[in-house]
Amino acid sequence: MEPEPFPDFLDPTPADNGPEYVLHLYITGATVNSTRAVRNIKDICEQYLKGRYELLIVDIFQQPELAQQEDLIGVPTLIKLKPGLVRRLVGDLSDRERVLKALGLNAADGAPGHE
Amino acid sequence: MQENTLSRPAALPQLPKSPTGIEGLDEITEGGLPKGRPTLICGSAGCGKTLMGIEFLVRGIQEFDEPGVLMAFEETGEELAANVASLGFDLKDLQERKMLRVDHVHVDRSEIEETGEYDLEGLFIRLGYAIDSIGAKRVVLDTIESLFSGFPNQGVLRSEIRRLFRWLKDRGVTTVITAERGDGTLTRQGLEEYVSDCVILLDNRVIDQITTRRLRIVKYRGSTHGTNEYPYLITEDGISVLPVTSLRLEHEVSNNIVSSGIPALDEMFGRRGFYQGSSVLITGTAGTAKTTLASAFAEKICQQGQRCLFFAFEESPQQLIRNMGSVGIDLQTHVRENRLRIEASRPTLNGLEQHLVTLHRLVKEFRPDAVVIDPITNLITVGNVSEVRSMLTRLIDFLKVSGITAFFTALVNGGAGRAEMTEEGVSSLVDTWISVRDLEGIGERNRGLSILKSRGMAHSNQVREFIVTDHGIELLDVVLGPTGIVTGAGRLTQQLEEHAQTLAVQQEAERRDRELERRRRMLEANIANLRTEFESVEEELRQISTHEQSRQQALTTGKQRITAANPPAQTAPTPESGQ
Repeated sequence: MEPEPFPDFLDPTPADNGPEYVLHLYITGATVNSTRAVRNIKDICEQYLKGRYELLIVDIFQQPELAQQEDLIGVPTLIKLKPGLVRRLVGDLSDRERVLKALGLNAADGAPGHE
Repeated sequence: MQENTLSRPAALPQLPKSPTGIEGLDEITEGGLPKGRPTLICGSAGCGKTLMGIEFLVRGIQEFDEPGVLMAFEETGEELAANVASLGFDLKDLQERKMLRVDHVHVDRSEIEETGEYDLEGLFIRLGYAIDSIGAKRVVLDTIESLFSGFPNQGVLRSEIRRLFRWLKDRGVTTVITAERGDGTLTRQGLEEYVSDCVILLDNRVIDQITTRRLRIVKYRGSTHGTNEYPYLITEDGISVLPVTSLRLEHEVSNNIVSSGIPALDEMFGRRGFYQGSSVLITGTAGTAKTTLASAFAEKICQQGQRCLFFAFEESPQQLIRNMGSVGIDLQTHVRENRLRIEASRPTLNGLEQHLVTLHRLVKEFRPDAVVIDPITNLITVGNVSEVRSMLTRLIDFLKVSGITAFFTALVNGGAGRAEMTEEGVSSLVDTWISVRDLEGIGERNRGLSILKSRGMAHSNQVREFIVTDHGIELLDVVLGPTGIVTGAGRLTQQLEEHAQTLAVQQEAERRDRELERRRRMLEANIANLRTEFESVEEELRQISTHEQSRQQALTTGKQRITAANPPAQTAPTPESGQ
């Protein structure tokens, strides 16, 4: 169920001074889905997690070895490493309700512009 | 085969093929799978789809030096390595040598949340990276259908799979895709519509409690191929497909003769034995010494320094050796000196195909000059007649091609008199057919042997009685009685009678001789008598004549004296006066 923890490059001591949310987004270059996914996740983060998150965007065209390492199939994939269980979100993240639910966020917490 | 197709691209280029190295499969596909194209292998659970895929990769590496990528959707690399280790495939080593890459794709529905549009580019990148990192020529996707359980969006999945196959084709890698068999369709997800180049169907059937695996090529675009269902097996060395009819009747023949092991039986054949590489069948009812005949043959082969493989389906090797020892056939020595190998197993131990494969394997391993199977009839217990027949056809073909003399025994059911057909109907397949049977009459059973056919040489038409003695089998001379050939006690009686007759004739002759002798002696005695008589007469006569002579002489002398005393004047008148 739980994949091996992904080494956190930016914060080696995630004890309590690390960011609350650690998100990795894997994309494939500048394809439609990828650019949309990047835009969507940035929106969500800014709207709901301002200052509490760390987002890493990886282009697997550039680092194909990561595809196997991270067991990627569908792209784009967002992997939520923190907090709680690791979750994988496949798709361009346009279904905001499901994204928020998967990230453990309440749509009402953020700005009034929720669906 | 591969070289052939590649070396003459001038006229009409043949479809390039990628040999699988799997025993028998390349024969059926006439060279292998389509090179640079995807091939679908589908079948139900337990057919050996994954194994076939892995063997394709491993053989590709070992025999054709083509690196391969295994993308496993169901099992992890460790599991796969452990599964195929028993077949002697060392996946770890191949991976270290950079000839193989195993990528386990973990698909778990519960971990995946669909949040919008996506594609399977991740899979493409992984595969592309794996292929590039070792320069792979072969790819196996086992089993790509697992994706369907992880990704609910079928539309995306299907178009992506289609794109994947297209992409693999463009990359020029020979791909094997395995898929589970569906209900009424070849695959559960209809993958066959995306793979149009080659589809191989594996099947696992249980008939009469015996499992037989079968393989069929459903389609092979751009190439001819065997269309039958071919049985295949998973053996210790991997998959082994047994083509039934791909062997053509064009084997080399030998003019050498091998002895049957029984001199008198050899005499019945025009060329004093069987042709080397021919097949000999001995049929007979129970207890007609079929095994003994077979053993005599095996012993003879071994005595000539050749090797013989003996399949015993009824007796254990020890039992066979002991029993044959009792009739003076020494198998033990040959077993010890590794000229004879006895393989005993119950026919029900394996399916027919397994038996055939065991036989193939042992023949390849032991390289015998002759193979004995005693009896083929027992195989009927593990298959139906047509299966046994097809198996035996393949077996006989195989042995013929290898130039090995085959010696089969078969039990026929008595009662119906002369059984011209064996149950398996193999009699038409064999070259020489010897029939042994009970000749029953006047309260006893005797064994008779005759040759029903012998291709390519003249043979005796007689039914010969044979007996099993302490020193092997002996064929007896034909004894003809008033009602035909007589055997057993009848034969003995006949022989005694004949003996008495000759004795009588001899005695008569002797008697006549004696009579003649007697006569001669009598005659001789007579002659002697007569001669004696004659002699006495002669003597008498001679005596008379002597007397006469002396009388005459005396007379003459007397006259002269008288004349001297009396002067001649008065001669005549007074003779008495002188007195």
